[in-house]
Amino acid sequence: MAASSRAQVLDLYRAMLRESKHFSAYNYRTYAVRRIRDAFRENKNVKDPVEIQALVNKAKRDLGIIRRQVHIGQMYSTNKLIIENQETPRT
Amino acid sequence: MLLRTAWRRAAAAVPVAPGPKSEAPTRGLRLRVADHAPQFAVPSDTATAPQAESVLRPLYMDVQATTPLDPRVLDAMLPYLVNYYGNPHSRTHAYGWESEAAMEHARQQVASLIGADPREIIFTSGATESNNIAIKELEAAIQPDTSLVSVMTVNNEIGVKQPIAEIGRICSSRKVYFHTDAAQAVGKIPLDVNDMKIDLMSISGHKIYGPKGVGAIYIRRRPRVRVEALQSGGGQERGMRSGTVPTPLVVGLGAACEVAQQEMEYDHKRISKLAERLTQKIMRSLPDVVMNGDPEHHYPGCINLSFAYVEGESLLMALKDVALSSGSACTSASLEPSYVLRAIGTDEDLAHSSIRFGIGRFTTEEEVDYTVEKCIHHVKRLREMSPLWEMVQDGIDLKSIKWTQH
Repeated sequence: MAASSRAQVLDLYRAMLRESKHFSAYNYRTYAVRRIRDAFRENKNVKDPVEIQALVNKAKRDLGIIRRQVHIGQMYSTNKLIIENQETPRT
Repeated sequence: MLLRTAWRRAAAAVPVAPGPKSEAPTRGLRLRVADHAPQFAVPSDTATAPQAESVLRPLYMDVQATTPLDPRVLDAMLPYLVNYYGNPHSRTHAYGWESEAAMEHARQQVASLIGADPREIIFTSGATESNNIAIKELEAAIQPDTSLVSVMTVNNEIGVKQPIAEIGRICSSRKVYFHTDAAQAVGKIPLDVNDMKIDLMSISGHKIYGPKGVGAIYIRRRPRVRVEALQSGGGQERGMRSGTVPTPLVVGLGAACEVAQQEMEYDHKRISKLAERLTQKIMRSLPDVVMNGDPEHHYPGCINLSFAYVEGESLLMALKDVALSSGSACTSASLEPSYVLRAIGTDEDLAHSSIRFGIGRFTTEEEVDYTVEKCIHHVKRLREMSPLWEMVQDGIDLKSIKWTQH
């Protein structure tokens, strides 16, 4: 695979967000979505391909972490928080 | 007090180990038996189906008491709770070697966060044990001119930051050992044991989104600081703390430290904004609210407010949908007002009216807004019921009243 293209980075971004929305715990879910958006936004102007690749690799590892932890959280899920009924989960 | 014990009993009655959601929710402790084990299949709909009778959980705004595990920390720990279960002190096989490697990697992660050398980090069961080891050193030193200064870096009740670098400089020049309990500060504000001339530092895992039951003590090597072991045994941790090092827990502590180092700036910015939002909204809507602690030298995530003419416990009970505290968890069983507030000269009645709001990495704006809204509502309501408040509204100076003896 050649150095990460814009399309690849966007795919990764979308995959991470999609997965993060499945966290059953409100605080983990909101944190993951917010942090991913902020991190990708913060790094959007990085030009050095080596740095980009390092960031992409880290993101892939983090996607793996999110997948596993979402799964575990769902297996051990509990009741929702008092504020979850009042509005749809945002950041 | 009666209300609080009743609440605790009620809370204990809620199932602590949720099983599959298809069965009717029962009150009372739910014990794990084989057929109630969580499903191993792909997460089924029952895991997230809403329940008619379930109790919604309160918001968590008490991070100074303890913090949730960061998912990245749990992810780092799990392999050592499943497959890599070796004793890190076993020298003769791969199970031991891999466990030891994980332990040493964690040691490096902790050291890196505070600018120390890994050889200066000893794992303990928490900051309390670390504090005891550090203070015991004072007893071990027999010279009359040896002494120790021990200061909290960030206070857990009011969030005040002590001038650690200045204290360190003074101690160093007077050849006095300097210990700091950095449980609330590690990973939240930049700390460097060399810049700040710290000789001993206590670290707590569960205050930085790591596991409970683990901590560390930093012990300076150059110049050497001698400590006496609290517990003796097999000589682990350079003889300073015997006992098998709990690899899963220290891996969690190490991961928590690494995550904290990466996220410190981002977290600090966000927490500061949320803290500002909380304090401003409350102070704009309510008169006679005092923030305890020096506003300039203050860690933003710990906000201690006194609401005059409102009893703190009543407000806590009224805010039943938000997990809060009035004063530190370690003294929560007693009715006495906080010794910290008394020490900073807070009036007795204001000390009884204090609530501590904790804002952490996972706190959201929605949670802050909800907490603020409920707080304002209940303070107003409780004040309406207060004869003291009525007197104040009528312009009476409470300090001038001569209360009759009964």
